[in-house]
Amino acid sequence: MKISRKEVDHVSRLARLSLTEDEAGKMTDQLDKILEYVEKLSELDTKDVQPTSHVIPMSNVWREDAARPSLPREEALANAPDTDGEFFRVPKIIE
Amino acid sequence: MNAGAKYEAVIGLEVHAQLLTESKNFCACANRFGAPPNTQTCPVCLGLPGALPVLNRKAVEYIAKTGLAFHSKIAPESRFARKNYFYPDLPKGYQISQYESPVCEGGRVEIVVDGDVRTVTLHRIHLEEDAGKNIHEGSADTSRVDLNRSGVPLMEIVSEPEIRTPEEAVAYLKKIRSTLRCLNVCDGNMEEGSLRCDANVSIRPAGSDALGTKAEIKNVNSFRFVKQAIAYEIERQIAVVEGGGRVVQETRLFDSARGVTVSMRSKEEAHDYRYFPEPDLVPLVLERAQVEAWARELPELPDATRERFAREYGLSEYDAAFLSEERAAADYFEETVRLSGQPKTAANWIMGDLTRFLNEAGGEIAASPVTPERLAEMLKLIADGTISGKIAKTIFEEMFKSGKDAAIVVKEKGLVQVSDAGEIERVIEQVMADNPNELAAYRGGKEKLFGFFVGQVMKKSGGKANPAKVNEILKAKLQPPTDSQ
Ligand SMILES: [Zn+2]
Repeated sequence: MKISRKEVDHVSRLARLSLTEDEAGKMTDQLDKILEYVEKLSELDTKDVQPTSHVIPMSNVWREDAARPSLPREEALANAPDTDGEFFRVPKIIE
Repeated sequence: MNAGAKYEAVIGLEVHAQLLTESKNFCACANRFGAPPNTQTCPVCLGLPGALPVLNRKAVEYIAKTGLAFHSKIAPESRFARKNYFYPDLPKGYQISQYESPVCEGGRVEIVVDGDVRTVTLHRIHLEEDAGKNIHEGSADTSRVDLNRSGVPLMEIVSEPEIRTPEEAVAYLKKIRSTLRCLNVCDGNMEEGSLRCDANVSIRPAGSDALGTKAEIKNVNSFRFVKQAIAYEIERQIAVVEGGGRVVQETRLFDSARGVTVSMRSKEEAHDYRYFPEPDLVPLVLERAQVEAWARELPELPDATRERFAREYGLSEYDAAFLSEERAAADYFEETVRLSGQPKTAANWIMGDLTRFLNEAGGEIAASPVTPERLAEMLKLIADGTISGKIAKTIFEEMFKSGKDAAIVVKEKGLVQVSDAGEIERVIEQVMADNPNELAAYRGGKEKLFGFFVGQVMKKSGGKANPAKVNEILKAKLQPPTDSQ
């Protein structure tokens, strides 16, 4: 097994997904297969290859520091599940 | 043996500084505090699907200059990374930060504590983005979110755990703040949160090299709180260990109302950020020529100003440190010296009366109603004997309140110093006549009474008599009459 049930529980908690027993079992099987498939890559000898973070040889895509108008508030809030017209509203965050 | 002396504290600080750019780090929304909620957002900083970040060049310049000021190594190539966690103020579900390759590595900060100069090594300085703001008050079952701050450029300055006392932590934070303000890359406003500080604190047996389990204290937003929070945390950990317990690794929040740190259990599980390279941003490459050009643009930094003030103007280490902390105060001082030629007196007035009145009025030195020109003029009036140093206090207060020139205040209030010998003699004679007992005692050998007579003469003259002249004439007058007279 490439992934344990414990790891699946941990990752689903980090992703804020609540899985049923059945779903968690199914995910463990599927993730295991995916990882096994990807594992094939480690058969390659990469001893002389630099770690790559970006595949396109490009750097410094940046812009000058100038402010432009933002979205009108109604538009910014338009897709929010809940708002009071000024703020996004979310279930109480327990501190 | 007291428990405190058996242990030493190991403190590392993480300082977050919002950069003073016009626009946000990865989008063109305005970077401005205090706008109505959710009026400074766009698809990028709202985390809408498909929106792509574009780096703000100014933010790069600011972090590189900060690194240069603290003697960091500016990485020829650095990268951005995603720090993944869920919180309502973070719409993308990740913060764009830097992980393996920050813009600045290493560096050092010089601090002065109890007259000793110490160096705190920096671990790194990296560029990231701020989150929005959650508001918990106002409703029992909902929190509200303002995303104006989402995506504001943030620089994190991480020290090595080389700080040992709460006092050193404050000195370190003050030096960071004054340097950032001098560079004009951050306004340093701790109340509004543009400069924030987290402290990692652990304890270990005094003299040991081991690192104990640390607690991270969040949300310490003033110099006073930094000192209080760290002092409390050290005491707490010593008590835990002395009581036979073990310090647990956790995040704690400083409760300024009670002066204690409290455990934030809710955050404990979340310390799995799964960093990975940010695919939406290409590597940042800084050419040597560019970094050298930025280095040439650096202003004189507080340490250099402090040394120069001590050397050029003969100021004490304390005075030089005080006047060099803020660029505006340093400029004010130098302008006053240039116009008056009196560095020590200028330093005394700026650090004394001017600072006191500015603090009371809540004003900035750059906008002081007593300008360097006016202060210099007043210092000249003292130097040439037109007014006494004592009367100058009254004049200064009036200048501060009215914004008038020294000469005008002197004239309006009739505060010209009396140096005329005849006039002073008349006052002295009057005082002698009014106080026959003291006079007799003085002449009988009680010389300490000289001060009493000076005081009486000054009082009778309304503070206007020239003190040097009063001393001189009084000394002669108080002598017992000799036979020849
Ligand atoms: Zn935006």
